[in-house]
Amino acid sequence: MSEHTNLVEEIIKDTKKNPTQKYTAKDFQSDQDVRWCPGCGDYSILAQVQRVMPELDIPKHNMVFVSGIGCSSRFPYYMDTYGFHGIHGRAPAIASGLKIARPDLTIWVATGDGDGLSIGGNHLIHICRRNIDVKILLFNNQIYGLTKGQYSPTSEFGKVTKSTPYGSVDHPFNPLLVALGAEASFVSRTLDRDPKHMQSVIRRAAEHKGTSFVEIYQNCNVFNDGAFFTFTEKETKDDNVLFVEHGKPMIFGKEKDKGIKLEGFTPTVVSLKDGKYSPSDLIVHNETDTMLSFILARMSNIADLPRPVGVIYAVNRPLYEAEMSKQIQKAIEKQGEGNLEKLLNHGETWEIH
Amino acid sequence: MNKNSKNKALKNLEEVTIRFAGDSGDGMQLTGMQFTSTTALLGNDLSTLPDFPAEIRAPAGTLFGVSGFQIHFGSMEINTPGDSCDVLVAMNPAALKVNLRSLRDGGIIIANRDGFNDKNLKLAGYEKNPLDDGSLDKYQLHAVDITKLTHNALEQLGLSNKLVERSKNFFALGMMYWMFSRPMEPTIKWIQEKFKKTPEIIEANTKVLKAGYAFGETTEIFAARYEVKPAALKPGKYRSITGNEATAWGLIAGSVKSGLDLFLGSYPITPASDILHELSKHKNFRVKTFQAEDEIAGITSAIGAAYGGAIGVTTTSGPGMALKGEAMGLAVMLELPLVICDIQRGGPSTGLPTKTEQADLLQAVYGRNSEAPIPVIASITPADCFLTAFEAVRLALKYMTPVIFLSDGYLANGAEPWLIPDVGSLPDISPTFRTDPQGFYPYLRDEKTLSRPWAIPGTPGLEHRIGGLEKQHITGNVSYDPENHEFMVKMRQAKVDRIAEDIPLAHVEGDEQGDLLVVGWGGTYGAIRTAVENKRREGKSVSHLHLKYICPFQKNIGEILYNFKNVLVPELNLGQLSKLLRAKYLVPAITLNKVQGLPFKSIEIENKIDEIL
Ligand SMILES: Cc1ncc(C[n+]2csc(CCOP(=O)(O)OP(=O)(O)O)c2C)c(N)n1
Ligand code: SF4
Ligand SMILES: [Mg+2]
Repeated sequence: MSEHTNLVEEIIKDTKKNPTQKYTAKDFQSDQDVRWCPGCGDYSILAQVQRVMPELDIPKHNMVFVSGIGCSSRFPYYMDTYGFHGIHGRAPAIASGLKIARPDLTIWVATGDGDGLSIGGNHLIHICRRNIDVKILLFNNQIYGLTKGQYSPTSEFGKVTKSTPYGSVDHPFNPLLVALGAEASFVSRTLDRDPKHMQSVIRRAAEHKGTSFVEIYQNCNVFNDGAFFTFTEKETKDDNVLFVEHGKPMIFGKEKDKGIKLEGFTPTVVSLKDGKYSPSDLIVHNETDTMLSFILARMSNIADLPRPVGVIYAVNRPLYEAEMSKQIQKAIEKQGEGNLEKLLNHGETWEIH
Repeated sequence: MNKNSKNKALKNLEEVTIRFAGDSGDGMQLTGMQFTSTTALLGNDLSTLPDFPAEIRAPAGTLFGVSGFQIHFGSMEINTPGDSCDVLVAMNPAALKVNLRSLRDGGIIIANRDGFNDKNLKLAGYEKNPLDDGSLDKYQLHAVDITKLTHNALEQLGLSNKLVERSKNFFALGMMYWMFSRPMEPTIKWIQEKFKKTPEIIEANTKVLKAGYAFGETTEIFAARYEVKPAALKPGKYRSITGNEATAWGLIAGSVKSGLDLFLGSYPITPASDILHELSKHKNFRVKTFQAEDEIAGITSAIGAAYGGAIGVTTTSGPGMALKGEAMGLAVMLELPLVICDIQRGGPSTGLPTKTEQADLLQAVYGRNSEAPIPVIASITPADCFLTAFEAVRLALKYMTPVIFLSDGYLANGAEPWLIPDVGSLPDISPTFRTDPQGFYPYLRDEKTLSRPWAIPGTPGLEHRIGGLEKQHITGNVSYDPENHEFMVKMRQAKVDRIAEDIPLAHVEGDEQGDLLVVGWGGTYGAIRTAVENKRREGKSVSHLHLKYICPFQKNIGEILYNFKNVLVPELNLGQLSKLLRAKYLVPAITLNKVQGLPFKSIEIENKIDEIL
């Protein structure tokens, strides 16, 4: 009775015996028909995730995709892993409970700008702060897709939508700053129309130990078409996107002829063409530099600066679920495995004859 | 030394109710709890009612800062904390003013005269000192200089005034120990344990306790000393337990018996927080407690944990229940096991956080969008919370359903002696996880229980998707089909209804038929039991049915109701169970409702019985 037989541990033990088979992207496609609008950026995200998953060498029965509500949150239905389509905004909390109960699982969250930053903003910041090892993909289309086109917390000021016929008077969130402000240990951004880049960021997010936050610029071609075209289309992309890489100077432009230099705390664009500045004058990206991460994230709010994309910030700090498991192990070492009889009989008791 | 006390008559009493009252900073809860454990050790039956303000340290001396602790103990069966008290210990004028109405005529007042200074009298709204103006003549008044005597006792120790003042509750406790012939040793032992790190406090509190005892023994002011013989409790090993402790332990027992880890997702709220505190202590049972960012995260994290194969639990009170509504619906749709504990308090809104009420019943039964049936069970005494919480775990796991466990502020903080159960005699809980991929469908049901398989992540070959969208019968795929939806709505209801086959039949206390059946639920058990027993002793044809299972009702409830000419339903709300009974059984239930944040007095129920019969 008192010896502890844990049913979940039995199952985990069993699965460990299974040799990891080699997967292809196709193995991660579920039997459900994908129901996003044709042309939606979500398709690309699904494809890139399915492409990266096989590289991770994790049995797919140990993977769970959790989501809230929204077009983006349909994601789990299309992955042939375990999947949990939750309620609006609550995916980070559901995933937190699951990860704490089952640290052995690999857990991803798919969420939207409304799901993750509006109704679920509270859960999003708290999972980041706790650093629970869950990977969060936030599909930012700057609109409420599923409810047919209201503005979202990332929609720009003045945006005309169904619910803002005179233009929105809401000031938007910058998702990267929300994540950084919430102490996330991994903060990144990528683009639906740059498959290679997205794959590399997803890979990094997967490898990171701790809450990984990935903002994905995603086109909603029905309700907010072209919101990110400046950053995703061939003609404008190079001059407007700064792809940051750890240890490399911040260079951008079609001709790789522009760079970012710090004037005090303010990033400014300098030309590398006229001989006045060389790459050695530029900021060298350092993913572990907290101050720099805020400066980089803030660049999105400044019109004349290129949009930073890539891994903005990545550091290691203790995992919530690991710390909790440690406390439990310690308690068991000190007091012995819990014994119900002992619990009920401890402290003051008396006999009635 | 015992000369004086020998002179005093030792009177035998069957039952006594004492109320300790003072400022919230006066340590009245602690004093009451110490008196309780000592009394329990002596083998008395007992019931307690802590009654404290919502403010942690309300301004000293004010009426709203009064904290009280009532204990009813005896050599007979004790079911309530007592309708009125025999002894009132009042540390200041405010405590006297607030609690005097609960003292019976002729009762004893022990007042700390030093607390009745001009400032405190004014704060309590007394123009004259009630200790001197004759207004308390119908009581036996003893005004004792408790503060001064405490100072005297500690003179040698050179402690700060503040520390000395803090000990004065032990003086009052010592007096009560003397007056009711209780030993001091258990409290002295407790003091030594509690203040291990500060020997000077051990010395001070022990000295003051003994001084209080000696004061009773040596002074002439108390005419009598009392004895309350042990009660004829069922033989066995006992302990004292509060409802919240019992709830926490019942959940742990469910974890041990089922071989599943317990996960609690919770956001602090009075009067439920103590369950979170208690469970957080027992890490060696692998209990994982997660203090979430809000109530919604509390329940959704628990649902996530349940999906992963843990016993998911969330604990809260009314306002938190309101926030959890949508997620409860999700758990209904997902058909995952989950225990939702609602420790009811006075409402609506923030209401009366530290007071008791039973007004969340309809919220528990119906408070969700659409057809979202959830089994609801309610504990009936503090100790009963253990078996009821355990039962909630059992039902949740067996029927793959969220279960609502109802308790209330009165049960949560109240204590009673508990015959420690034999662990081996607890009902069996044997959950199984689906492991065989052959013929696996997420919503293919067990024929007997109608529950779906629990297929947890980590199981090879069972990868599947679930969610809040309507499910297709058997496959669990998303389905918008009209017939399927109706089928599934009925199926979820049928599953919950089927639990009626799995729970014991209800039994009536008293005769199986007669003129009046008093039907209660939850924490009113003790008051109704006492009232009905008193009336039966008078020869009235009245019986008592107390419901622990509210949803579904036990199978024989209708049969029982129809055997009585009248049905009376006393509730601490405006009539919620009565609505359910009328709707289901078409009985003209008479209601008796009280919503004062206080439990029923048995006399209130007795009066109503007299009115009907
Ligand atoms: C409690 C609740 N409130 C509102 C809704 C309606 N709703 C569904 S999705 C959504 C917004 C989704 O926006 P976003 O997260 O950006 O997802 P997208 O569809 O754009 O991917 C809303 C308001 C809901 N399902 N549940
Ligand atoms: S509404 Fe927009 S976001 Fe939703 S599926 Fe269609 S294109 Fe994609
Ligand atoms: Mg969106």
